[in-house]
Order: sequence, then C-alpha cells, then structure tokens
Amino acid sequence: MSAKPLTLFEKLWDAHIVKPATAETPATLYVDLHLVHEVTSPQAFSVLRERGCKVRRPERTKATMDHAIPTLPSNGGGPFAAVTAEALAQIGELERNCREFGIELYPPGHERQGIVHVIAPELGLSRPGMTIVCGDSHTSTHGALGALAFGIGTSQVAHVLASQCLLLERPKTLAIDVGGRVPAGVTAKDLVLGLIARLGTGCGTGHAAEFRGEAIRALSMEERMTVCNMAVEMGARAGMVAPDEATYQYLAGRPFSPKGAAWDAALARWRKLPSDEGAVFDREESFDAGSLAPMISYGTSPGMAIPIDHAVPDPGSDASLQKALGYMGLVPGERLLGRAIDVVFIGSCTNSRISDLRLAARVFAGRRVPSSLKVLVVPGSRQVKRQAEAEGLDRIFREAGAEWRDPGCSMCLAMNGDRLEPGQYAVATSNRNFEGRQGSGGRTFLASPATAAAAAVSGRITDPRELL
Amino acid sequence: MPEPIRRLESKTVVLPIDNIDTDQIIPARFLTVTTRQGLGPRLFADWRYDAEGRPRPEFALNRPQAAGAQVLVAGHNFGCGSSREHAPWALADAGFKAVVATSFADIFRGNALKNGLLPVQVDQKTHGKLLAAPGALVVIDVEAQTIALGSHSAPFPLAPFARYCLLQGVDELQFLLSQEPAIAAYEARHAGEV
Ligand code: SF4
Repeated sequence: MSAKPLTLFEKLWDAHIVKPATAETPATLYVDLHLVHEVTSPQAFSVLRERGCKVRRPERTKATMDHAIPTLPSNGGGPFAAVTAEALAQIGELERNCREFGIELYPPGHERQGIVHVIAPELGLSRPGMTIVCGDSHTSTHGALGALAFGIGTSQVAHVLASQCLLLERPKTLAIDVGGRVPAGVTAKDLVLGLIARLGTGCGTGHAAEFRGEAIRALSMEERMTVCNMAVEMGARAGMVAPDEATYQYLAGRPFSPKGAAWDAALARWRKLPSDEGAVFDREESFDAGSLAPMISYGTSPGMAIPIDHAVPDPGSDASLQKALGYMGLVPGERLLGRAIDVVFIGSCTNSRISDLRLAARVFAGRRVPSSLKVLVVPGSRQVKRQAEAEGLDRIFREAGAEWRDPGCSMCLAMNGDRLEPGQYAVATSNRNFEGRQGSGGRTFLASPATAAAAAVSGRITDPRELL
Repeated sequence: MPEPIRRLESKTVVLPIDNIDTDQIIPARFLTVTTRQGLGPRLFADWRYDAEGRPRPEFALNRPQAAGAQVLVAGHNFGCGSSREHAPWALADAGFKAVVATSFADIFRGNALKNGLLPVQVDQKTHGKLLAAPGALVVIDVEAQTIALGSHSAPFPLAPFARYCLLQGVDELQFLLSQEPAIAAYEARHAGEV
C-alpha cells in the first residue's frame, strides 16, 4: 500500500501534533521557534507572572526590538527623534521580561537586532520544516523557507511562552500556482500585489497557502520572503514555499544553521518536505506572472492595486471603494503616473533586505531627490545595514538626498514618530495602505523598492522601468 | 478567568464598511500600553475624533443612539491586518460583547474569542436585515449558536471548543498546561532534531 500523497503543509502539521484534535477540542501543536517583540508581549509576560509560570523553552524563544524604537541613528536629531515615555517604558519592559525569564534579546545597537521577520531568516533561526510563531501577522514571511509560520495574538503568546504549544483548528490548504516568468523591471512585490489584486484580500481566509510554480521557483530567497510576507494580506493564515536548493544554499553557514553531521541530517529531512506528486489541496488558484507590470496601490486595502500605468477604477456602487477613493483624494479614471508625492519610505519586513536596497540604489545612483521630498531608507536589520554600507549603498542614498536610518519598523506602522502628516502622500515599500497606517490622515501608495526609488528621484509616481 | 457568556441581548450599532482593519480599530500609536485595559476611548480613534480630538458627531459610535450598544455590525473581512489583540481589548473595553459580519480575519476571530468577544458570522440576507435596521434589538444565543432580529433568526458558526470555553468561562492556558505529559513526550521523541 502506498502512502497518501501529502502537501507540504500537511507534513509540517502532522509532524508537530502533540495531541490530535477530537470532536470537541482543537489540536495541540508544538512550536519550534517563538519570536517576541516589545509591542505584543508585555501582557503575555504579565499572564506568566499572574499564573506563576516559567517560559518553558527559553532556548526556542528569541526577542528583538523593532516596532516602537526610534530609527534615527543615536547621534542624529531632527523632527522625529522622540518616542513617547510610554514607548520607552514598553521597551524597558521587554528588557526586564527577557532578563527575568532567560530569553536572548537583541536590543537596538546589538549586531543581530532588526525587524523580527528580517533577522530570523538571516540568522538561520527560521528553517524548513519548523513551526514558527510571533505576535505579529507578518510571521507568514518565514514560510518562504519551507516553514509553517503564522502570527498569533497576545493570549497565544502567553500560551506558547508557558507551554511551547498552541491550540489550533487545522487550516485548509490552498495552492497558488504562479506560472510564467516575472518580466524585467518587475519585482516579487509587484507579483504579490498583482496576486492580491486578482484574488482579493479575503481569498486566503482559513487557509495555509503554498506558492508554487515556475515563477516562484525562479525567485531568490529574499523575493520569496516578500511574497510570503504579504500572504496575510490575502487573508491566508500562512504562506509557504517548498524548500529547494536555493533554500539550502541560503541557509548554509548562517549563525543558527546546523553544522557538520547535523546539517547533513537536517538536509535529508528537508528534502522530504515538498508536497508529494498528486497531493490534493482543498483549493487551487493559478496566476500568470508573465503579463505582470509594476504594481501600485490606489486605495486603502492592499487588494486595491493596479498596474502603474492604468487608471484608477470606477467604484460603481461599492461603498468601501468609494470611501477609499475619498480618503485617498483620487477620482475614478485618473492616472497615477506623474502624481506628485510628499514622502518615500523604503523599508519594512516586506522590502528592507539587502537585495531590496541594491535595487533601490540602482535607481538612486547619480540622481537627486527633489528638496520638497522626504525620503527614508530604513534597513531591515543591523546586518543588512552593515552589508549595505560595505557595498557603499548608504553613500548612494545619502548623496541622492535620502535619510539613511537605523533598523526598525519605522514608518511602516508609524509607532515611533516616523510618520506622515495628515493629507501627505507617500510611496511606500511596506505592506499596508490602511487609512492612517503611516500616520493619521496619511495616504499610502504601496509599491516595490524600484517604484519607490523612482518616485523618490522624480518627486512623482514614475514607472521604474524608465529608470532601471 | 473569562466570564461565561450564554446569551446576549442588545441594540446594535452599524458600521457598514468592508475590510475594517485592526489599524482602524486601534491605531498603532496607542499600542505602547503594557496592560489590556483602558483602550476603549481609543477605539476607532481616527474615525471617531477629528484632528483636535473632538468627537465627530456623524460617526456612528458617537451618535446618542449608540450609547450602551453591545453589538457592532460591520462589513466583510472584519479585523483584517495586524495580529494586535489590542483590537478586541479596545472593543471589549468600549463595552462591545459581539461583532457581527459576513466574515472575519482568522487572527482577529481567535483573539476575540479569547477575550469573550463573540465573532458572529452571518449570511448575506441576515446581514442585509441588520444593516437596514441600525439600533435594532438583537438576541444572540451562544448555546444555540443563533442570532435573532425580530422574527428572523439565523445560525452562526462556532468551533465546539470555542463554544465550550465561552459557555463555561474556561481558560485555554489552563487546558494547555494540563497537557504537560503529552508535551514532554513530544519533546522526548524529537530531542536532537534541528
Ligand atoms: S515592518 Fe511593518 S509589517 Fe513588518 S513587523 Fe514591522 S510593523 Fe509589522
């Protein structure tokens, strides 16, 4: 009897079952890696104290500071320097919690500090076959390495700290087949924005999505992270890509990657993870990458995105879309190309890795940012920052007139004082264009690092293919 | 320990908008808190107040009729976006006990249930009736998994364990901790794997 063909998700799920689901109770799933940051953890540690619990597996728990910390280099100044006293207290609370419960913490200035979804892959903490959780929805990013990774709420952060487990209903499986090849001048960000625009922000609800097909296989690891990062923007519980040679090459030699015989053993296990021939998904969708153009969002939900040279669509009787266009100050039929903007933000766990910065630098090189524009380039981690500086990218950004910041979430969620003023327009490489996401009243156009850089050097929404 | 919830009777307040994300429910600048309480006044802050912090009279939650409503009716994909549990904390702190929508984002649904806030997912027809009758009295029966508006009654889905926890006021962490032997056995089976 041959075994039933299984999907990547099913293999990971089955391998982590501590106690299977019953008719009355959900499954208990083991968590291999728990990532913690300052904003969604304080109340969870309070629960541990109230209950007298310890952190069950401190060595499977890593903490960083990213959301609320300032990104101005410590010797800097400027209008956005301050974070609030409450934010400082929250940062202090994470330090205290990590000390008390024995968790390794990467605070600002530490060589491993950065945005949680940037540092865990680059340190080799996130690996194929693992279950990875964090009190942050973009934990889906780590699925790019062939892991089952998803965001959890603070109550669940407490559950994992105390028990290393979660009670979960099993999500359904969704295959997203991406055929063709992404054309020149088009990036992984355009691919995922195109996917969400086509499939909708609710298409993944209740599902773990596996991205597969020729176009996905051709992506670098960092590009796969960009795609999986935004899986949550289509509502998916998790986004995943099966591990392959690119994954193994990426992981080899990273600080937490296994070494020697342990590496060989891990590799043998990882090679068995990809979905089996004939495995059945609960749902399948397909998409052609070959006809993609650079994408830009025009509304207040990531699914409201169009090819950059298209016109803003007519909302008809769709009240949500009407409201979105009203907020954005756009009229149906209008073209976005050439529209003046106020701020450019290059950063976030979607697009702040070294390949993103290299791409942006290609557009910046030899050009100048108009003086009316504020441009922030915020590397995703200390390591990315160091690498960029070794390659001279920081000089290119600064000579063009952009600000070169310290790693953090920064203007992606505008918690730390880096924010838009009411009414301002930004082109941003982050993942959410919700009303006020980048500051009350601020208006966001989501795009790739190439498109953001093109907007930065022209002061207007510009097709990056003209400048690459 | 959460309070058990069996039945809820309340007037509604209606926000007929799709994709209400957690940044609208509670903007990020208010996430620097280290407790669960006190977020109610910040709920929907950017819709509720103008730039000077004055309540906008036209916003549904600011209308006098909304006072005391425990049931919020919204559009599809409610609670999408960030995983912040501050969203259900803020809703609960503002007095809400249930949100009714045609669909919910996964993480929000889970977070809400853990805080005794009911995500009530209804069909289009029921939703249409609720939208058409802002302020109407509804009865939500957790045990029967129904929501009733006048003579119209509709079922809503609730996972058995979530229903059990709501009805009994059971705490999931205690349930997990009681599985210690199974967790230890799992760890022993997988020792040495990386
Ligand atoms: S960069 Fe933005 S999306 Fe990513 S973890 Fe930080 S706040 Fe969340």
